[in-house]
Amino acid sequence: MSNVNENALEPRTWFENKILLGMTGKEYVRSLLTPINMLAAFAVACAVFMFVWRFGWGLAATTNLDQNTPWGIWIGFDMMTGIVLAAGGFTIGATVELFGLKDYAPIERPAILTGFLGYLMSIAGLIADLGRPWNMVFVMGSNGTASVLFEVAWCVMCYSSVLFLEFTVPMFEWLGWSRIHRVAKKLLLALTVLSVMFSTMHQSALGSLFLMAPGKLHPLWYTPYIFILFFTTAVIAGISMVIVESGLSHKIFHAQFEGQHVDADALTVGLGKAGAIATFAYFFLKVQTVTDNHAWGYLKTGWGAWWLVEVLGFVLLPSILYAYGARNRRARIVRIGGVFGVLGIALNRLNVSVIAYNWNIPNHYVPRWSEFVLSFGLVGLGVVLFRFIVNRMPILHPDPAYPQEH
Amino acid sequence: MKLSRRNFLKVAGATSSAALVAPALARGAESHEEHIGAIVGADESSVLVDTTLCVGCRACEAACSEKNQLPAPPVGDKVLDKKRETGPTALTVVNRFDVDETGKELQQQPEGDATKRAQRFAKTQCMHCVAPGCASACPNRALDKKPNGPVTYDASRCMGCRYCMVACPFGVPKYEYEALAPRVVKCTFCADRQAQGLKPACTSVCPTGALTFGRRADMVAEARKRVYGNPDKYVQHIYGEHEAGGTNWLYISDVPFEKLAMKADVIDKPYPDLVKGALGVPPFVMTLWPPLLMGFYVFSNRRAANNAKHDAAHGDSEGHHE
Ligand code: SF4
Ligand code: SF4
Ligand code: SF4
Repeated sequence: MSNVNENALEPRTWFENKILLGMTGKEYVRSLLTPINMLAAFAVACAVFMFVWRFGWGLAATTNLDQNTPWGIWIGFDMMTGIVLAAGGFTIGATVELFGLKDYAPIERPAILTGFLGYLMSIAGLIADLGRPWNMVFVMGSNGTASVLFEVAWCVMCYSSVLFLEFTVPMFEWLGWSRIHRVAKKLLLALTVLSVMFSTMHQSALGSLFLMAPGKLHPLWYTPYIFILFFTTAVIAGISMVIVESGLSHKIFHAQFEGQHVDADALTVGLGKAGAIATFAYFFLKVQTVTDNHAWGYLKTGWGAWWLVEVLGFVLLPSILYAYGARNRRARIVRIGGVFGVLGIALNRLNVSVIAYNWNIPNHYVPRWSEFVLSFGLVGLGVVLFRFIVNRMPILHPDPAYPQEH
Repeated sequence: MKLSRRNFLKVAGATSSAALVAPALARGAESHEEHIGAIVGADESSVLVDTTLCVGCRACEAACSEKNQLPAPPVGDKVLDKKRETGPTALTVVNRFDVDETGKELQQQPEGDATKRAQRFAKTQCMHCVAPGCASACPNRALDKKPNGPVTYDASRCMGCRYCMVACPFGVPKYEYEALAPRVVKCTFCADRQAQGLKPACTSVCPTGALTFGRRADMVAEARKRVYGNPDKYVQHIYGEHEAGGTNWLYISDVPFEKLAMKADVIDKPYPDLVKGALGVPPFVMTLWPPLLMGFYVFSNRRAANNAKHDAAHGDSEGHHE
């Protein structure tokens, strides 16, 4: 990421400038040999390896799925969790573009980029999971179904496209295509409206998928209002992820923030306030579920203990941390709350789709190691792409050629 | 016994059945329909499984495998020692259940043949719900409900999401996990045979009359006649009459259905109804969100503009960096 351009006597090619960070091929390759990059390369190799294995040898060879458990962690983690953790794109987009809180503009682009990459990785995981992915085209044409999955598929596709279009704003800046950049920038407002619309629909619909499985999903998690819970958790995940992510970015990419007047702590505290409200509301919805289902009796069982871990440790605790941190203007506390918030939402998605699903059958599904390898590989691939783009395009800092007037 | 609607109907059915044991089936069916209102899926094809008549010969298994070009089922009675499930290579499976310490239905009749009564058999396959969860879950219409009853599958439209497996309350659809182009596998109700006016293969070979094929309204009427007309023999319940909103395979039994491993947690509502509320959300979002969000935008813009005016009036450029 450093500007190794001082000794650049001969002019660099476009490729060297734009892609290789102003280095020659040899210099660039040498600069890649860092331990972090080795780990990243390993993760990407894992993902590629798993794709080859999965499609060459089938689902039985690569997963522990069976006739009782059609969905494992490729759906439960890559899809359900990946998508919710990518919700920062629409939450911050709406905050900045629609609610006019321009202070948050510096974190809008990283949030949109994370969202876009998150969705790409989720879709990659989904393709690995589908038995006949080449028939996906039929989803687009088969209208008139009463299928929730039909809604999910359409919205995920539309929202991914919207995220891509939003991402083209910094991309065109990087490429220097100013005319089309102006068009994209004008579209941003409309795109943000669409992003909220599609997100509302598919984030909640991911929960509605389980409405059809009343006996299979444990009564502590099953509720006719699961789609409302899923939407609420998407908002919380969006806020929490942005808190965590902006904290990490500032640490890792702090060179890129130089010269910007971004008061990261003040932003974090503000996000903590929003997070506290959303998380607290969600806590009450969780309790309400148990009352509605008359499921208090289950709290005495092992499942009840597990439910309490989720709800007290990863819903109530982050909401308190958020409230405390926001009240006392302690950004660090808010960031810790953010970590718990993110973990809590991930835990909730895994509980609904994998852990508390099929709770009453004797042989519960346990993922095979190879399933973890793909998920690890996809997360790694996402991080690699994020670093690659952030180091080149104006994501964390404005491009001087394009003033950020509003 | 609390008098729920269903129990009330049972009582109503039982009393009217008692008076109607003698008359012809068709007339009986008519009276019932008049009595308690229309039967869901009345004109769909249906099978009544009388588990008291099944002797576990597994002729249906063999006929099904032959019809569907699947490997022949294992021979010999030894296979009955283990509980089997349907799977990619077996669309129907007969299981044996030892019911020596059964419920009061048996104890009330100690003079019955104890050896015979110690075992029961039940065939499993897709229940062909009147309103199938699987088909309504499928985004591709690979699973499709035919108006005459069968729920069919078309692999060339299936993308292998396996949501149908999540959505079926009876755990019926199975998957070819070993295959590179896997299919969902389940009983087809021999839709092709039915289209030619033939009975499903399994029902046409049953030697004991345990499987009766016919119009759903007639099968429900026949089941009611047997069950509520013989309260000492049968459990007073027709499995599939109301389960999942009604299924086209109906089961009657003289031992509690849980003893036959029939799922007890299936609710009496059509499963597609479970998502109705949630599916009502998108139109609402699509019409309400854009104006609402644009309202926020206009409001926040106006506020920003007002602030700027205010700042300018006071020669105050706070909050704007040059
Ligand atoms: S039993 Fe299951 S697979 Fe068969 S029609 Fe009903 S929902 Fe579909
Ligand atoms: S696995 Fe195939 S049949 Fe089942 S819901 Fe998905 S697309 Fe439909
Ligand atoms: S109806 Fe046809 S496919 Fe279904 S179990 Fe009977 S023979 Fe097999």
